[in-house]
Amino acid sequence: MMLKKMTQTKEYPTEPLKIWNEGKQLRRRYYEDYLNANEHGGLRWAGGAWSFSAIPAGLGDDVYCITGEPHGATIAFFKDFTAKCHEAVEAAGFPRTLCAYMRNYWGSILLDKYILADGTVIDNHPTPDFIWQDHICCSHGKWYQVAKWLEEKKGKRVPMYCVDVSVGYPMDKPLEDYKINYIINQLDDGIEWLKKVTGREYNDVLLCEAVWNEVKATKLWAEICALNQAVPAPLDEKTMYSLYVMGTLMKHRPECVAFYEKLKAEVEDRVRRGIAAVGNERFRVITDTQPPWGFLKIFREMEKYGVVSLGSLYTYGLIGMWKYRPDGSWIPKDLPPAKPKTREEALKLIVEWTVDRPEWAHFYLPEAKTKMILSIVKQWKADAVLLHYNRGCEGLSVHIAENRLGIQKAGVPVFPFEGNMGDEREFDFTGTLARLTTFFESMGLKKMKK
Amino acid sequence: MVEEVFETFRRWIDNRHDYAKAWKEKTGSRIVGYFCTYVPEEILYAVNILPVRILGSHEPPTVTEPYIFAMFCHLCRDCLAQGLKGRFDYIDGIVEGQSCLHLRQAFNAWRLHIPINFAYYIHIPHGIQNPHAIPYLTQELAKFKKNLEDWTGKKITNEDLDKGIRIMNRNRELMRRVYEYRKPDNPKITGLEAMEMVLSSQMVDKEEHSKLLKKLLEELPSRNLNRNSGVRLMIIGSEDDDRVFMKNVEDLGATFVVDEHCTGSRYIWDDVAPHEDKLFAIASRYVKRVPCPSKDWPEFTRVNHSVKLAKEFNVQGALVIQNKFCDPHGIEIPPLREALKQIGVQTYPFEFDVTVPWGQFRTRVEAFLETLTGLEELF
Repeated sequence: MMLKKMTQTKEYPTEPLKIWNEGKQLRRRYYEDYLNANEHGGLRWAGGAWSFSAIPAGLGDDVYCITGEPHGATIAFFKDFTAKCHEAVEAAGFPRTLCAYMRNYWGSILLDKYILADGTVIDNHPTPDFIWQDHICCSHGKWYQVAKWLEEKKGKRVPMYCVDVSVGYPMDKPLEDYKINYIINQLDDGIEWLKKVTGREYNDVLLCEAVWNEVKATKLWAEICALNQAVPAPLDEKTMYSLYVMGTLMKHRPECVAFYEKLKAEVEDRVRRGIAAVGNERFRVITDTQPPWGFLKIFREMEKYGVVSLGSLYTYGLIGMWKYRPDGSWIPKDLPPAKPKTREEALKLIVEWTVDRPEWAHFYLPEAKTKMILSIVKQWKADAVLLHYNRGCEGLSVHIAENRLGIQKAGVPVFPFEGNMGDEREFDFTGTLARLTTFFESMGLKKMKK
Repeated sequence: MVEEVFETFRRWIDNRHDYAKAWKEKTGSRIVGYFCTYVPEEILYAVNILPVRILGSHEPPTVTEPYIFAMFCHLCRDCLAQGLKGRFDYIDGIVEGQSCLHLRQAFNAWRLHIPINFAYYIHIPHGIQNPHAIPYLTQELAKFKKNLEDWTGKKITNEDLDKGIRIMNRNRELMRRVYEYRKPDNPKITGLEAMEMVLSSQMVDKEEHSKLLKKLLEELPSRNLNRNSGVRLMIIGSEDDDRVFMKNVEDLGATFVVDEHCTGSRYIWDDVAPHEDKLFAIASRYVKRVPCPSKDWPEFTRVNHSVKLAKEFNVQGALVIQNKFCDPHGIEIPPLREALKQIGVQTYPFEFDVTVPWGQFRTRVEAFLETLTGLEELF
């Protein structure tokens, strides 16, 4: 059965995504809006992709953020600039073993340069009006603490607020009220803090809108990912990186919801028409953690073997929200019964929604992540798992060795490889490709095209 | 007498497992292994459980690779190795007080791969600078207490908690008093001895340890170390129980007069203050204690504390230690060095692994000591 699949040479129709350019423009505008916010009297803030971005939205429609991880990834994609960032950070005395995104971000401050989504590097790193972060791993709070320190050394005072979410993951039952309330109380305080540091009034209606946008956007992204269960897969992971990123940049904004609604309609249409992401698809894999951003061409190399990467828990569950059905299947999470109408309702909703994020599970419980990966393998009909042992991110690599053991135990072929999402010095492209192709050949695959 | 006390501390460390097994046999009570000093030992002592800290053995790692990716710190891998090798086969449970992702992995790998009766993770808050941390931790400790009661079948009363608090406070207070003898121009104890004192307290019954400390304090005032104390150094950073490094540095003409490690001053610096709600009192201590940098944001309170220690102990230079891959400590290196420099304390950074390359480190330490002392010779 497997051998037949490996030797089949069926070609599926394929075509580019129609929404592609719209996505690129949206992303470019995001970075430009942040850059130019102050010119129009707007505010800009910096924080992580997982920060409670809906909360500062209550300050007005002219509040723009830059989320550190996607920005770090953008820097990583442009290897020359990354190298300069790392040199600057190491020259400042920081160890090179730290989170690679964080080092990219600090390097940008130290160099006083800002990179746009297309790789354009401009002078003067834009200083945020405030920092709004949450602490999810050993580095997240510290990242911006040092960013603040670096800005201070340049004579700029940036107030910082950081929310502690370290209350665990609701594996089998909801978290206790005292845990949820601990986070809610911090957000409540945070709103008062935002008013104080910005001098603005706070609008609860905007907060409720932003929370509802986030809930919708993160559900929509899960629904889009679920469509990739189709054979052939309508999307490949390299493409998905450019799509999921909207959720990491602006999950609380209406543009994000509108983009995902449109994208979902297009992907549904591709499934209906049997449009493949990879025309010669014959072997389906999933990956794990952030890829080495400077080496995404590895996905194109995989396609030469007829291999499509369908996504990962990272691409599906970093932003997408999921749940288990009683029959054990993993499906997009339902929208909450009603849109919040008050601050109290909005904060409770967003906290409960956020701590249930699938990619949060493995921080505490390796077995929870293994279970999700195996659900993806089964439902998405994946033939193997490629685990990126990512030296650049402690948070997403934590427990990854346990996941490897769990996947192996389930009898699923697994290929671990070591690299770094944001520091090219720690990824051996040639060596990894050689080992990967050996792995594919051990699966019965042969190179189909040059 | 003093030498005997320090010899006992040393023996307890070297024979920690024998000590624990004998204690168990003698008392018939349970032993719990813990990974991080954020575990509130007060509650374990309240229920007559002996908490022992799980630390590594500084042997090259051979058994942990399948369970922990090697980009995580050597401490977490070395701790797990001890479990996998069966060296803690006498413990009845493991507990972790949330600190970093590294030790969380050691805890989870232990829970999943080494048979154990009781494994409990306390979600100690990271946001220790926010006002909700203490009420939150109070509830988290109540849950821990309940789980301990269910496990042991014994109700933990306020009197029991008072006992646990008393045992811990007493031990910490005595060790802080010993630290005072590091302040004079000719310190009464070496840095190695101080480290062995604190380390051993994490491995043995605190009441027994305190008895020895009391004797030590009686004798210390008249102690003469008969050595040139040399350069007054401070050592700061990640978990550090590398006694060989301490000895080697002090043999080069220096004395560590104070430290900022969780195997040293950070472990003993703060007591539980009295409060009618005992769990609130304990929670307050663990939120307000000198923090691990993983919890210390947005302000650098630990850096400020280190500066204060450096002044109080009249430090000339500081070695800043980062266990390789320890992000919380690594992140703070430049702010810490800058803050110490501002008060005239020069620093030198070292990256530690499970073993340290003393040959290279010796040259660097010597060079650093020369920069602190050699100018008069030059000019």
